[in-house]
Amino acid sequence: MSAALAVQGLDVVFDRFRALKGVNLAVQPGESFGLVGESGSGKSTLLRAIAGLAPAAAGTISINGKQLGHRRDKAFYRQIQMVFQDPYGSLHPRQTVDRLLQEPLAIHGIGDGERRIAQALDEVGLGSGFRFRYPHQLSGGQRQRVAIARALILEPSILLLDEPTSALDASVQAEVLNLLEEVRNARGLTFLMVSHDLAVITHMCGRLMVMQDGEAVEQLAAADLVSRKVAQDYTRRLLTASDGFVRSL
Amino acid sequence: MSEMPLTRREWLLSERPATRRQARLGRAYIGWLRFSANRLALIGLFIILAFLLIAALAGVLATHSPYIGDLAGARLLPPGPDHWLGTDDLGRDIYSRILYGSRWTLYVVVLVAIIAAPIGLAVGTVAGYAGGWIDAVLMRITDIFLAFPKLVLALAFVAALGPGIENAIIAIAITSWPPYARIARAETLTVRNSDYIKAVQLMGASPLRIVVRHIMPLCLSSLIVRVTLDMAGIILTAAGLGFLGLGAQPPLPEWGAMIASGRRFVLDQWWVAGVPGFAILIVSLGFNLLGDGLRDALDPRSGDQ
Repeated sequence: MSAALAVQGLDVVFDRFRALKGVNLAVQPGESFGLVGESGSGKSTLLRAIAGLAPAAAGTISINGKQLGHRRDKAFYRQIQMVFQDPYGSLHPRQTVDRLLQEPLAIHGIGDGERRIAQALDEVGLGSGFRFRYPHQLSGGQRQRVAIARALILEPSILLLDEPTSALDASVQAEVLNLLEEVRNARGLTFLMVSHDLAVITHMCGRLMVMQDGEAVEQLAAADLVSRKVAQDYTRRLLTASDGFVRSL
Repeated sequence: MSEMPLTRREWLLSERPATRRQARLGRAYIGWLRFSANRLALIGLFIILAFLLIAALAGVLATHSPYIGDLAGARLLPPGPDHWLGTDDLGRDIYSRILYGSRWTLYVVVLVAIIAAPIGLAVGTVAGYAGGWIDAVLMRITDIFLAFPKLVLALAFVAALGPGIENAIIAIAITSWPPYARIARAETLTVRNSDYIKAVQLMGASPLRIVVRHIMPLCLSSLIVRVTLDMAGIILTAAGLGFLGLGAQPPLPEWGAMIASGRRFVLDQWWVAGVPGFAILIVSLGFNLLGDGLRDALDPRSGDQ
C-alpha cells in the first residue's frame, strides 16, 4: 500500500544555504504526523516544499503514490491544503470571509458556492453571521477558523498545518486543536503538523519526526516521546528543554 | 424596551453585515466618515464637484458664445455687468470661455488618468510579482521615462505627433505613468510574500488571477491618491503645452492657451491672463486637497486594517 505522502531525499537550497538536507518521510493515509524541532530546523521549510512554495533542489515528493512534478497542477491543490501559522497574515485584508471562501471555488470552477460556504462556516463553528465580515472584524481564533474553512472547502485529503495555534492564546489554542481533531475524524484526513510545542504534538499526533539543522534526527511514536523512550541525545535535550519550561511556570 | 429598528447609520456600521452589499456599503461609509472628518478635504471635494457641475452645465451658465466675439465694440473690456470677467483681445466673453474651457480641462485630466493609471498599475504589479528579468526589463523602461523631465518629454512627443489637444493628452499620459508603476511595484513587493498571497497560490490560482484579483486591489488606494494629487500637475502640464502653443489650438477655450494669448496684455489688461490662471489655481488646489483627504481615508497603513 502506498503512503498518503512520501518524501525522499529532499533538498531545499536558498542562495547556497541548505535548508533541508536529504529528508525522508512517509505518512500513511489517515495518520496524523508531527514535525518538531527548534526554530530554523527546517520543519516549516519541509511543509512549504511539499506545498510547492519552496523550491526542491533534489529528491522526490509523492502524493498517494503519484510523484509530483516540478510544477503542481490544479488537481494537486485539491488534494493538499495548508493552514498557516499567523492568522493575522494569512487572510487578505480587503476581502470578506465570503469572498475568501468563494475564491478557491471560483479557481476550481466548483458550483454550488452558497451551500458550500455556509456548510464550511458551520463546520468550523462560525455561523453565517461571520460570512460578510472583514478579517479585521474577527479575533485571532475566528480568523484561524476561517483559514481552516478555506483549506477544507476544496475537500483535500491531506492538510499541512504550520504551527496552526502558536499565534493564539491558550484557551483558543485548545478550541482550534479540538476543531482540527474533529474534522480529521469526520473526514478521515491525513495531517502533517509542525509545532515546537511538544505537548501539542503528543496530543495531536500518532507519530512524529524530530528535526535539527535541516536533517531528520529520528522518527518515533508519540507514546514513546511521552514515556521517554528516545534514541537520540538531541531529542532528549529537546524534551528536557520543554520540561524546564514547564517547571518554571 | 421594544426592539428598535436599526437606523441607517447602525445598519451601515454593523459588525455583522448580513449581505455582500451591506458589507461593501459599510466599508465605504467608514471611509467616508474618515474622509469627511477632514475639513480641507471637504473643501477640495466641493471644488471638484463644482468644477464637474460647471463643465456639465457650461451651455446653460454661459452668457455669451465662447467663440464669437464682438471685435468692433467689446475688445479688452474690464470686468463689468455685461461681461462679468471682462473680454479678451477678440472681444470674446472670458466668463463664458472659462466655463467652456472647464470641459477641455476635465477632458484632459480624465483621459490622462484613465490612460496612465492602468498602464502604471499593470506594469508595476506585473514587475513586482514576477520579479527576475521581467521586473528588470519593465523597471529599466520605467527608469528611462523617469530620467526625462516630464514637460520636456511631453514637448518632444507633441512635436513629433503634431500639436493638438488629443496629442497633448497622449504625450502627458505617456510621460506620467512611470511614477504609478513605481508605486504599484513597491506595494506589490510588500505583499507578494505574505501568507495570504501564498494561500491563494496554494489554491492553484494562476499568476494573472493573483495579480488582478488579489494584488491590484491592494495597490489601488495608494494609486488613486497619487493620481488625484497628480491631477494638478496634469492640468498644469496641459496648460503649459497650451501656453507654448503645442496643446489646444485656437480658438479652443483651453485655459493654458487663454493665458498664452493674454500674456501680451498682462500689464494693462490683467484679467485676460489672470482669470484663466486663477481658474487653474482653484481647480489644482481642489484636486490637491481632495488627494490629501483621500490619502488619509484610503491609505491602508494609516487605518486599522
